[in-house]
Amino acid sequence: MSTDITTSQRPTPPSYEVPKVYRYGALIVGFFALVIFPLVFNNPTISTIGVFAMIFLMAVTGWNIFSGYTGYIALGHAVFFGIGQYATAMLSSYWHINPGMWTFVLIPVSMILAGIAAIPIGFMILRVRKHTFIVLTIALMFIFQLFAYNLRSWTGGSQGLEVGQPGWDGSVFNLPYYYVGLFVAIIAIITSFMIRRSKFGLSLLAIRDDEDRARSLGINTTRSKLIAFIISAVFLGAAGCIYAMFVGSVYPQFSFDPAFDLELSIMAFAGGLGTILGPSLGALIISAAQQYFLISFGGANVFLIVYGALFIVILRLLPGGVVPAISDKWRSHVVRKEQRKLDAEIQGPAEGGAKK
Amino acid sequence: MLVLQAIIEGVLVGGFYALMAAGLTLVFGVMDIVNFAIGALIVLGAYLSYSVCNHLHIDPFLSLLITTPLMTGLGMFIYVFLIKPIKTNRVVMSLLTMFAVATLIEGILDICYNSGFVQIHASYINNSLKIGKLNFPLIYVLSFLLSVFLLGCLFLITYRTKFGRSLRASMQNPVAARLVGIDTDRVSMITLGIGIGLAAIGGMVFGTTNAFNASSSYDIISRLLVIVILGGFGSVGGALVSAIFMLVIQDVVAVVWSPVWGSTTFYMILILVLLVRPQGLFGKKGVRAQ
Amino acid sequence: MTLLGVNNISKSYGGIQALRECTMNFQEGAINGLIGPNGSGKTTLFNVMTGYETPDSGTVTFRGNDITNATPDEVFASGIGRTFQLTRIFPRLTVIENVHIAAQRQGFLAQLRQWSQPDERARALESLDFVGLTKLSREPAGSLSYGQQKLLEFAFIMVAEPKVMLLDEPAGGVNPTLLKHLGGRIKELNKSGVTFIIVEHDMEFVMGICDQVSVMHQGHALLEGKPDIVRNDPAVLEAYLGTDMSEAE
Repeated sequence: MSTDITTSQRPTPPSYEVPKVYRYGALIVGFFALVIFPLVFNNPTISTIGVFAMIFLMAVTGWNIFSGYTGYIALGHAVFFGIGQYATAMLSSYWHINPGMWTFVLIPVSMILAGIAAIPIGFMILRVRKHTFIVLTIALMFIFQLFAYNLRSWTGGSQGLEVGQPGWDGSVFNLPYYYVGLFVAIIAIITSFMIRRSKFGLSLLAIRDDEDRARSLGINTTRSKLIAFIISAVFLGAAGCIYAMFVGSVYPQFSFDPAFDLELSIMAFAGGLGTILGPSLGALIISAAQQYFLISFGGANVFLIVYGALFIVILRLLPGGVVPAISDKWRSHVVRKEQRKLDAEIQGPAEGGAKK
Repeated sequence: MLVLQAIIEGVLVGGFYALMAAGLTLVFGVMDIVNFAIGALIVLGAYLSYSVCNHLHIDPFLSLLITTPLMTGLGMFIYVFLIKPIKTNRVVMSLLTMFAVATLIEGILDICYNSGFVQIHASYINNSLKIGKLNFPLIYVLSFLLSVFLLGCLFLITYRTKFGRSLRASMQNPVAARLVGIDTDRVSMITLGIGIGLAAIGGMVFGTTNAFNASSSYDIISRLLVIVILGGFGSVGGALVSAIFMLVIQDVVAVVWSPVWGSTTFYMILILVLLVRPQGLFGKKGVRAQ
Repeated sequence: MTLLGVNNISKSYGGIQALRECTMNFQEGAINGLIGPNGSGKTTLFNVMTGYETPDSGTVTFRGNDITNATPDEVFASGIGRTFQLTRIFPRLTVIENVHIAAQRQGFLAQLRQWSQPDERARALESLDFVGLTKLSREPAGSLSYGQQKLLEFAFIMVAEPKVMLLDEPAGGVNPTLLKHLGGRIKELNKSGVTFIIVEHDMEFVMGICDQVSVMHQGHALLEGKPDIVRNDPAVLEAYLGTDMSEAE
């Protein structure tokens, strides 16, 4: 029939994305803001907030690589956060690492260990879906917590372990942690970006939308999920390592903490689950706010309330998150502009989709 | 002898978990909602009973007359204002909403009651029932009987009433249920009300048998989820069997081996079972090609 | 020549025997119709052929190779594409992304390259043109109408250039104009060498488009032949009218 009529003079559909100028502009501004932040605010209290923000930045970005892209909401990534922490604590005493710059060598080690741990774990839990998956991840976290409590000879049980802290001066103490954290976080964001635009990333998104269909289109879903899971675990391992070094101690209830997973998912949801920068934005804002609350009000319970209420509000008002909300706004802006243009060109209904 | 004692105690405590798991699984069946807040709600129920008992000086069992309607109302409130508005991606969104509710409740309780451990008191709390050489705390027996009674009521409601019929219809096929004129919204609201009302009762039982504080909720919720998953989501019978089964195993391991490994075994069993049967022990196979 | 064949396949779910010793051969280069009353096992047969179900016994062969135990992704990679009875597209991805998903790449490193390579993009747009969806390429696929989603599904299977396309009720819920369009596309692709197997209840569509029609009844092949012969066969009428009621329990 008449195939070639449609083929030749098709108009290229307009782009609904926010233009690159704005997107990259915002990115560059954000990057420089993060780089100079601790130099401008050299008050240790403020830069402490900054270090925690960096830790959460890499953790959430890593979490999003798996949960955001594949749609499998994992509420047990504290497992890898905890593995990173315990690896740091145990290895720094085992290898007799003097507290100082050399301790940062443990970051890649923790990343590798977390990645290795993710292989059998992913293999086990990626067989189930949806709510079963969510619950299984939570169960897994409790198992690790119990192990941390019970294997006393290695983990110190509820006494926890110490990580030696370097004797740097208070005014610059936070800086190495901040910049190393920023460095790893940027690697995480770049990884996330590369994955999102790769074929591999597209198959992860396909899994999110309809896993069985994705399989029938030749995607090895098991392998794709497992790889994404390992990559995300690696960044959680790094986050755990920096956290342990910075805080100086590890305890079962803080290393394998259900609230940590809640925090990760709130940050990702607030910013925009499955987008590249949304989770980062959520991480920066919410983790900073959390630390600020902790410092100014003391007890964690106030923040639990704020957290719960905030999460409910976000889920109600912005279920997609901030970043998708912005691109939606932009999209309707473009559509309206086009509509006006069309209306100006042709008088009457601007309907072109009737040829089937 | 110790093992036998452990088995029977497992069954007695299992009754409480079975009741809670039944509520959880009903809610899930009707609305596809994993009521993640159930742990926090049980603790809330426990604190409510604790306050009522302390202020009015009445028996914990009597306090239920006050706390249960309160919590049922809270459940309906949660449904109308938080769950019903969710339009897309319901399973995940509702789970996260309930997670948020749990956090909120935990924070509030932590402030109102501090984080010290408390326990609900009654005159007979330390009495126990002796049968031969076995020795059971009376409160365990009473709460087990209460759980069994309520499970019976639940069964009658689901299988012998008009509401129960609507409920089962909504569980099997919500769209078709709406088509034949069942107000699934109302059914969902009442179901969540019942599910959370049960948490008030569960809370009282939990509060009399354990010392608790606001963060005890994690312990409860993780166990309940394991039980419900193991029994197969949406299967009430499965929840009952796996509740008893798991608690017995945990108690036996605690006696035979060491108490610290009791709860670890609990989770290990879950993982082992799911490796073999991803749909749980009694669940129907969830995913098919079409 | 037989391209895709099933030999003595049996499959049961609990007490229901969906397929019983079903043997069927599909010829290369033909448009094969597969008809039968509800519950006769057509979709199950599709599921078995595409790796979604493992049969209790029997084998599936494709170009002489045994693919009985292959997984869905392996089956697809070997050149068998399928659509589903209820269309299954990726609703939150855009139309063009949907088409890109099915484009195959060899090797893991290739997976890490950007999803929108120029050559793949050209192919994707071409296949969208083929079904007339180019204008909508940046819309989220979930916002398309049901008929358009069927066309999209057709388009993204096409982009992988399968040797065989299994269509499960392509006409269900599609309006007559769109159906004609789809029929035209199927014939065109068939001329370029793609073999089709179509499960369909719309007899007019099946009889109009197929070279060869197979009839299934209670889980096994009843007969096969040219559309005209099948249409007038008393056994087929019997299958459709006579025993339909007893199966509907």
